[in-house]
Amino acid sequence: MDLLWSGLRQAFALVTGGDPEVWAILRLSLQVSGSATLIALGLGIPAGAALALARFPGRALVVSLVNTGMGLPPVVVGLFVTLFLWRSGPLGGWEILYTPAAIVLAQAVIAAPIVTGITLAAVQQVPEKFRLQLLALGASRAQMVRVTLREARLPMLAAVMAGFGGVISEIGASLMVGGNIKGQTRTLTTAMVLETGKGNFEVAIALSLLLLALVFLVNWALTAIQQRRAG
Amino acid sequence: MVACRLVALALTLGLAAPAGAQSKTVLLSTTTSTQDSGLLDVLVPLFEGKTGYTVKTISVGTGQALALAARGEADVTLAHAPALEKKYVAEGRMLNRRLVMYNDFVVIGPAADPAGLKGERSALAALKKIAAAGARFVSRGDRSGTHTLELALWKQAGVEPKAPWYIESGQGMGATLGIADDRKACTITDRATYLAFQKRVTLKVLVEGDRPLLNIYSVMEVNPANGPRVNAAGGKVLADFMLSPEVQHVIKTFGVDKYGQPLFVPIAGKKDEDF
Repeated sequence: MDLLWSGLRQAFALVTGGDPEVWAILRLSLQVSGSATLIALGLGIPAGAALALARFPGRALVVSLVNTGMGLPPVVVGLFVTLFLWRSGPLGGWEILYTPAAIVLAQAVIAAPIVTGITLAAVQQVPEKFRLQLLALGASRAQMVRVTLREARLPMLAAVMAGFGGVISEIGASLMVGGNIKGQTRTLTTAMVLETGKGNFEVAIALSLLLLALVFLVNWALTAIQQRRAG
Repeated sequence: MVACRLVALALTLGLAAPAGAQSKTVLLSTTTSTQDSGLLDVLVPLFEGKTGYTVKTISVGTGQALALAARGEADVTLAHAPALEKKYVAEGRMLNRRLVMYNDFVVIGPAADPAGLKGERSALAALKKIAAAGARFVSRGDRSGTHTLELALWKQAGVEPKAPWYIESGQGMGATLGIADDRKACTITDRATYLAFQKRVTLKVLVEGDRPLLNIYSVMEVNPANGPRVNAAGGKVLADFMLSPEVQHVIKTFGVDKYGQPLFVPIAGKKDEDF
């Protein structure tokens, strides 16, 4: 119990004291996971919308694959991205292993299926009759897609929350492709594992509280947008 | 397209960190114990400031650190498993192995001492007693330097450790200490990690100071033939730096302020035969 309390006190001290290292870690985590979420949105929204609206042979299989991808284990992604980015790997020439870019890449791979799957579900719940009506009123196919996406935008905010929440809290991929290098690729989660390994439990507790606060703030902001629009 | 703009924005945000220019980057593969002790947090900035190189430290078990280097996925390696290191050197994968420092391992266990280890001076005899008593023992089980040493000791003692008294944690030293403490078990740990965990762990040092418990760290350069893009020149500069008088002095005093005793003893220029 005393450990929890001292962890809480230390978390407070770390935040209010403005420890530059902690702020740098916090900033990197936000930047990396934010970038990865943006990339995942850029890929996942068009892919999810296309899957929801298009009919083609093998569609059921693709949808199953996307749904499986939503549960992609981060350490599996980490392992394969590492193998690709190794100096001897197919993307070795990029020379980005153990840099933030590598973490962004791995996290985008993790988040993209999540965004795709939720977009797919959100677009599909817009009634088909609504889409047909739009076309009957003379809308072009592109206009129909745009209006349908706008109808689905509130449930699609869940895609942002789930994608970001998934990658900011993942550890396996960040550790493997980033290497947890001090001042370069140390994120909140990898720092937490390191501090626990060092026996600095107070610091680990403080970092975990910071992570929770961060995830809460992001979700709070997104939920506020979602509920205001809905209400 | 909104999607394209998002991707472009994300790339500028995420890729802003320096990629490329790998010739000024040195990849050091090393063990978790050097990282967990905090020594590298002191040495790496010193090196970067002096030479202009950027160091990427990959802290993994010694087995993995050497395996990565043997594939050319690192430029220089700091490890602590002499038998394994010599094998890689003999195969020509690693070059120019030089001793840097040592600390020691200790056999720790519950104060109640179920295997009767107190007063025992020989590590091998201690392990035999643990096996004979069937006292719980937690092993790292992760092919780290500590695990490699432990397995070699069991072999020399002529004992094959078995469940249920033999527990494999598969984790780092810190987590393993926690498990050993919880199960009231014996284990072998490096002294630096034990000191770092002293406040959290009730286990006591039972056997120490025996020659086989010496924990010798060496630095090795990676053979550039191991793979593409190995920065052999940078690896050599970092290896030489570890043996410089300045660094050896830092090692000699590291940890005194926090634990009241140094965590490592510098031994640049010594050979394995000297111990």
